[in-house]
Amino acid sequence: MIEIKDVTKIYTSKNRQVIGVDHVSLTIQAGEIFGVIGYSGAGKSTLLRCLNLLERPTSGQIMIDGVDLTSLNSEQLRQARLKIGMIFQHFYLVSSKTVFENIAFALKAANKPKEEIEKRVNELLDIVGLSDKRDAYPAQLSGGQKQRVGIARALANDPNVLLCDEATSALDPSTTKSILTLLKKINRELGITIVLITHEMEVVKDICDRVAVMQNGKIIELGTVYELFTNPKEELTKSFINSILQFEIPEHLLQKRTGTMVKILFKGESAEEAIVSDMLQTFKVKGNILHGKIEYIQNIPLGVFIMELTGERKEVERALDYISERTNGLEVIAHAA
Amino acid sequence: MLLNALIDLIPELNKAFLETIYMVAISLCIAILIGLPLGILLFVTDRGLFLENNIVKSVLGFAVNLIRSIPFVILLVGLLPLTRLITGTTIGPTAASVSLSVAAIPFFARIVETSLREIEKGVIEAAIAVGATPWMIIKDVLLSEARPGIVHGITITTISLVGYSAMAGIVGGGGIGDLAIRFGYYRYDNTVMITTIVVLICLVQIIQFSGERIARLVDKR
Ligand SMILES: Nc1ncnc2c1ncn2[C@@H]1O[C@H](COP(=O)(O)OP(=O)(O)O)[C@@H](O)[C@H]1O
Ligand SMILES: [Mg+2]
Repeated sequence: MIEIKDVTKIYTSKNRQVIGVDHVSLTIQAGEIFGVIGYSGAGKSTLLRCLNLLERPTSGQIMIDGVDLTSLNSEQLRQARLKIGMIFQHFYLVSSKTVFENIAFALKAANKPKEEIEKRVNELLDIVGLSDKRDAYPAQLSGGQKQRVGIARALANDPNVLLCDEATSALDPSTTKSILTLLKKINRELGITIVLITHEMEVVKDICDRVAVMQNGKIIELGTVYELFTNPKEELTKSFINSILQFEIPEHLLQKRTGTMVKILFKGESAEEAIVSDMLQTFKVKGNILHGKIEYIQNIPLGVFIMELTGERKEVERALDYISERTNGLEVIAHAA
Repeated sequence: MLLNALIDLIPELNKAFLETIYMVAISLCIAILIGLPLGILLFVTDRGLFLENNIVKSVLGFAVNLIRSIPFVILLVGLLPLTRLITGTTIGPTAASVSLSVAAIPFFARIVETSLREIEKGVIEAAIAVGATPWMIIKDVLLSEARPGIVHGITITTISLVGYSAMAGIVGGGGIGDLAIRFGYYRYDNTVMITTIVVLICLVQIIQFSGERIARLVDKR
């Protein structure tokens, strides 16, 4: 369990002070995948780097499994870091060393004997699926492969925690998926707590259990990913969610439209089609689905439909009330012309 | 006639060549032995690095700048007492090697520091995050990553030493440069002058060429 207690990080340069992290308190449960999302400059990296004291907080404490990292001396801190893995957007492998040597480096830090290092590196290469690249140099690897080496290095000493600083932001979408799948596997099979930061809601949606939204060094919203998707409070959260649930209705359709345009959100188990077809049977309205999409967030479906309803105004209004009662979100995009 | 003159020159040239190699080799070894750790120290004690230490950084930085700002000829003469203390004499190639080394140490240290600076900070941080000791970071990250740069630095230092060693004649150091100055310059002997210059050009070319080859060999980026 990681407890961040009232952590503030202020950077002081010649004549200016920049606040990186502003009084953040958070508890991250053992075994969860915790995401922090925010735009560039929000303070995500600073917060993450405070967790292994790559950045020393100006004030506040970082407790990992009950130990206050800020109170450790440098040797104790080094020992603690053996149990906190970290991966980076730009991988940061030692370019003059082979894949094997890069991973072995972490084991050397833990003073492991040679034979054990040999055995463990092979094991790790197997976990990340890179056994055939053992003697390659980083320059000979693709981005996804480099990140796999980074992950193997981070996992070398059986850490309890894995910190991921925009680990997929430099990768293409399909490689991103494969790295996220690997992270999820590591979390589920090895029981490692993962803290990841990202500016992409897609990443959060795919693997996080809980997420914190960060802005100007502060956590402005926090909850399970599903809660945030279905019931966002802050504008920033909404804008991140819209980046996924966004539908662009072609202009000519909007022009041609005669009825009322609505966006309907179905959450969880509400049988989406049934409600719509019931509505169409009960009221004298015609419905025309312009766009529809079901996202699975933490394996719970979240459906979004954009419909155009035509009919008498009274009937349309009653139909809307009906839907509004039975679904979790109804938004009228445009009223009847 | 020219050929005869050249043949007459061979023993003299041979001796001078060996003296140059001797002086350069000694000073280079000492420059690497002391300059490399010094360069590393200058780097790792810098602000924001893992052995940050402002006092060490400032004192070393000042000493390095001090020596580097003194013209070599002055250093050569000024260091005579030190030379006598170390080698027991103030003339000859061994004596000249003292001031050559003193000049080369800070020169090489700065080159090492500069090539360490080119390493991506993130790579060093990744090593810290992994729990590596400072010594591991120096050995397996810094020196490993900066290897091509350091090899270049050794090349440049060697070539500079060849140049500086020419001035060693002032303290009777000998060497090819000294030969060129004594015969070629003071006695207007063009044969000696041109021959020595050709030898120097070849020497520098060979050093540069080998240096580049080695640097390429150790570069895995
Ligand atoms: N080493 C540093 N020195 C000074 N300011 C910094 C430093 N690192 C980050 N900052 C500042 O702190 C703020 C948060 O940065 P960062 O944590 O990198 O944001 P994010 O990762 O969310 O993009 C920014 O305003 C940034 O300029
Ligand atoms: Mg960042």
